[in-house]
Amino acid sequence: MIEGATWRRWVFFYVPLTSFIVLLLFPFYWMVITTLRPDRELYRPWNSANYNPFWTWHPTLSHIKDLLTQTLFTTWLLNTMIIALSATAISLFCGLLAGYALSRLKFPFAGLLGTAIFITYLVPQTLLFIPLADIIRNFHLGDSPWALILTYPTFLIPFCTWLMMGYFKSIPKELEECARIDGAARWKAMLYIIFPIAVPGILSAGIFAFTLSWNEFLYALVFLSSPGEKTVPVGVTSELIRGDVFYWGELMAGALLGSIPVAFVYSFFVEHYVASVTGSVKG
Amino acid sequence: MAEVVLQNLNKNFDEVYAVKDVNLSIQDKEFMVLVGPSGCGKTTTLRMVAGLESISSGRILIDTKVINDLSPMDRDIAMVFQNYALYPHMSVYDNMAFGLKMRKLDRADIARRVQDAAEILGIEALLARKPRQLSGGQRQRVALGRAIVRHPRVFLFDEPLSNLDAKLRVQMRVELKKLHDRLGTTAIYVTHDQVEAMTLGDRVVVMKDGLVQQVGEPLELYNEPANRFVAGFLGSPAMNFAMVGVRDNAGALWAEDDGIRIKVPGQIAGRLGRYSGQQVTMGIRPEDLHVAGADDPAELTFDAAVEVVEKLGSEILLDVAVGKNTMVASVEPDIRVNVRDRLRLALNPERLHFFDAASEAVI
Amino acid sequence: MTFTTAAAPRAYVSAPRRGPLTRLLEDERWLALVLLLPTVVLLGLFIAYPFVKGVMLSVTDAKVGVPGHFVGLQNFKDVWNDSIFRVAVWNTCVYTFAATVIKLALGLWLAVLLNQHFRGKAITRAFILLPFIVPTVLSTLAWKWMFDPTFSVINWVLFHLDLIHSRINWLGDPNLALISVIIVNIWRGLPFYAITLLAGLQTISPELHEAAAIDGARAWQRFRHVTWPLLLPVTLVVTLFSVIQTFADFQLVYVLTGGGPANATQLFATYAYQIGIGTGLLSQGATISLAVFPVLLLVVIVQLFYIRRVETH
Repeated sequence: MIEGATWRRWVFFYVPLTSFIVLLLFPFYWMVITTLRPDRELYRPWNSANYNPFWTWHPTLSHIKDLLTQTLFTTWLLNTMIIALSATAISLFCGLLAGYALSRLKFPFAGLLGTAIFITYLVPQTLLFIPLADIIRNFHLGDSPWALILTYPTFLIPFCTWLMMGYFKSIPKELEECARIDGAARWKAMLYIIFPIAVPGILSAGIFAFTLSWNEFLYALVFLSSPGEKTVPVGVTSELIRGDVFYWGELMAGALLGSIPVAFVYSFFVEHYVASVTGSVKG
Repeated sequence: MAEVVLQNLNKNFDEVYAVKDVNLSIQDKEFMVLVGPSGCGKTTTLRMVAGLESISSGRILIDTKVINDLSPMDRDIAMVFQNYALYPHMSVYDNMAFGLKMRKLDRADIARRVQDAAEILGIEALLARKPRQLSGGQRQRVALGRAIVRHPRVFLFDEPLSNLDAKLRVQMRVELKKLHDRLGTTAIYVTHDQVEAMTLGDRVVVMKDGLVQQVGEPLELYNEPANRFVAGFLGSPAMNFAMVGVRDNAGALWAEDDGIRIKVPGQIAGRLGRYSGQQVTMGIRPEDLHVAGADDPAELTFDAAVEVVEKLGSEILLDVAVGKNTMVASVEPDIRVNVRDRLRLALNPERLHFFDAASEAVI
Repeated sequence: MTFTTAAAPRAYVSAPRRGPLTRLLEDERWLALVLLLPTVVLLGLFIAYPFVKGVMLSVTDAKVGVPGHFVGLQNFKDVWNDSIFRVAVWNTCVYTFAATVIKLALGLWLAVLLNQHFRGKAITRAFILLPFIVPTVLSTLAWKWMFDPTFSVINWVLFHLDLIHSRINWLGDPNLALISVIIVNIWRGLPFYAITLLAGLQTISPELHEAAAIDGARAWQRFRHVTWPLLLPVTLVVTLFSVIQTFADFQLVYVLTGGGPANATQLFATYAYQIGIGTGLLSQGATISLAVFPVLLLVVIVQLFYIRRVETH
């Protein structure tokens, strides 16, 4: 950091930084404010006089109440939670095992397999969703949470595997060797020695997987049709629009409440999350 | 009874031959040291005994049973690693109990054994701690405790003292020796430190480039090295070497070089005879050189120019130039010598060694 | 076999008998097979298989409920002659290029700012990532509301700053819609760039900057000759990853405009959805989806090439 006059610091640092922060966080503020504003204040044209859109003196919980009681939002919340947790569990399981095999064991085609798994990470959902919709239908998984619980791991596992590989590489191999000499079979050494040490990595991967599952939209949109089966992202965007009318109060309430679980989980594990984001890129 | 026999043991990693035709027979209760520079194959050999490396060819037997195909967990051995390899997420107690749990011993049995081992090593107070709360020396003891608690047939040590500071290393060396005396378990110990080899080993194996150079008791290797490598490896400061020409002059053999003219003593002369007219390597240890006195025969002395004087208190090391060779002499601490002095050094004729210039084997 | 001697109590613990399964899993290769099986099955079933099926679909004339017949490259010809598809190609390329370049520039700037020391740095960093954490469709809904033709808060601000006098129809004006969508993409992706570039910056030792400063380099020169080259690897990885994601983006456009107005924001993904799922023309939808593949291939090849280079150094 190079020292300079105070005004320079303001111009080159504080002003840009604050601008970034304001611009990045404003939509969330808008979400909150809209949720708490009564309808009569919401629907005021942009150029009407005497009105401050940034604050309300009559906050109301009616939007939230309506959201929770008159829509299937709570069902969607439950669905999304179950799907995210299940998909994360499956992905962590697969990712742990695969990550261990690829980083600690020697076997033919190890490099090829590692590369293949890495490539699947890059494949976007939009490439696969149409044939996948057909496959899901053929397996009779359509319109059920299983469609998502089984397909989400396709983009979660590669990431979990990659993350765990990096983590395992930092654990000295003497630990497993010692465990094996002590009397443990290879798989026991993996389970009782290596996995417990890798718990911080497992946490990071799990949190990232959870947020990615919660965030997913395309597969949920295409594979689920009944309102009762939908996840929060799909439900909020499809069910809260009746005809051509957008109930913005409820919509923003839905957006807000739908974001809170993820933000909550994230807040506890920020360091881990940042580590996994940067880890995934630094490879 | 736990004797370990290595028969025609070979290990290659693709094109690299790390261990070549090693044959070794380790007796029950013996403390065998494998010593040599990095890359000599000693660690690979140890790991093959442990089951951590596959055997390319040859056999390993423990108590006459071939163990080539046994998993490490079934070989009934214990290993102490250079980095201790303590399980960081477990307490000291659990670290020591792990192997016993894997063998499905009952809790009372485990508790008793861990307690016994902890007492032997003086770590009872540390049982509840985690490895990161221990000092280097304490961790080493826990690693030892983990090994002895299982009463294995063979102990394997992979440079266990290398990570300790000098003082602690000396202390632990002594403790290891005491421990071995007490427990009597067969042990194979790998190190690159020749001091550890000399002090700890019942017998020592010197290895280089995957081949066994010599096997024997420490003093045997020290006094009667089989080749130039072993001669130069053991002993500190190292043995002095000089290329000399062998000349037959009036029935006596002389070893000659720039500044050196030594009469070869009787017994060696017999063996050296056929090298007359050729070059050989002459070796003499620093402690076998002394400042020439009146009763040192002239044909066993040579001129030396002092380049460096290192006063250690217990001795003085003189780095000297002898013709175009440099040598180190270890002399009494009360001698008065200065840099750039010229003096005459005498050697102990019974401690002269000669090595073939090509094969480096002792003559 | 347990025996003790009088001199030193020693008990040999004989090794437990090993079942065939344990012995099998001791072999590295069998263990690897077992450990990798669940992953390979899942990925094979839900990535490899659909991919193959997608390619097969694109060479048939299947529709929903109607198995198709082989039609060769007819779908590709039809799609190429489709004017809307051509618009989608243009839109997707502009969208990806503009968004990526701006995200990179702004992300770098923000990363440099965050690399300074200031109070509340950790908290700021945590909050900055929110646009990336929060489900995209939900935050995009907020933007949709912010862009609303009648009630837009952005218009309100601009009006009260005397910068506009008539409303800006952010999402309804065909000339503006793509720009609006790009803005939202930048908003969402910026934190990802910033945080990863920040991590990259933090690995650059400050001594390098100080040495350069002593050598007489000014801030911009320091950046160009010290920071940028060392940051290049991270930048490359971040950009490659972001490019493929942006190129195949769906959620943002679907929520904001659905592809309109008049296909002004139609991208590959939204068009494929419209054709494949909306109208049930599976094979043609699959064909449009495959338009993403060449870019994916390029990105993968560059990434692999880069990894190979890194590994051999």
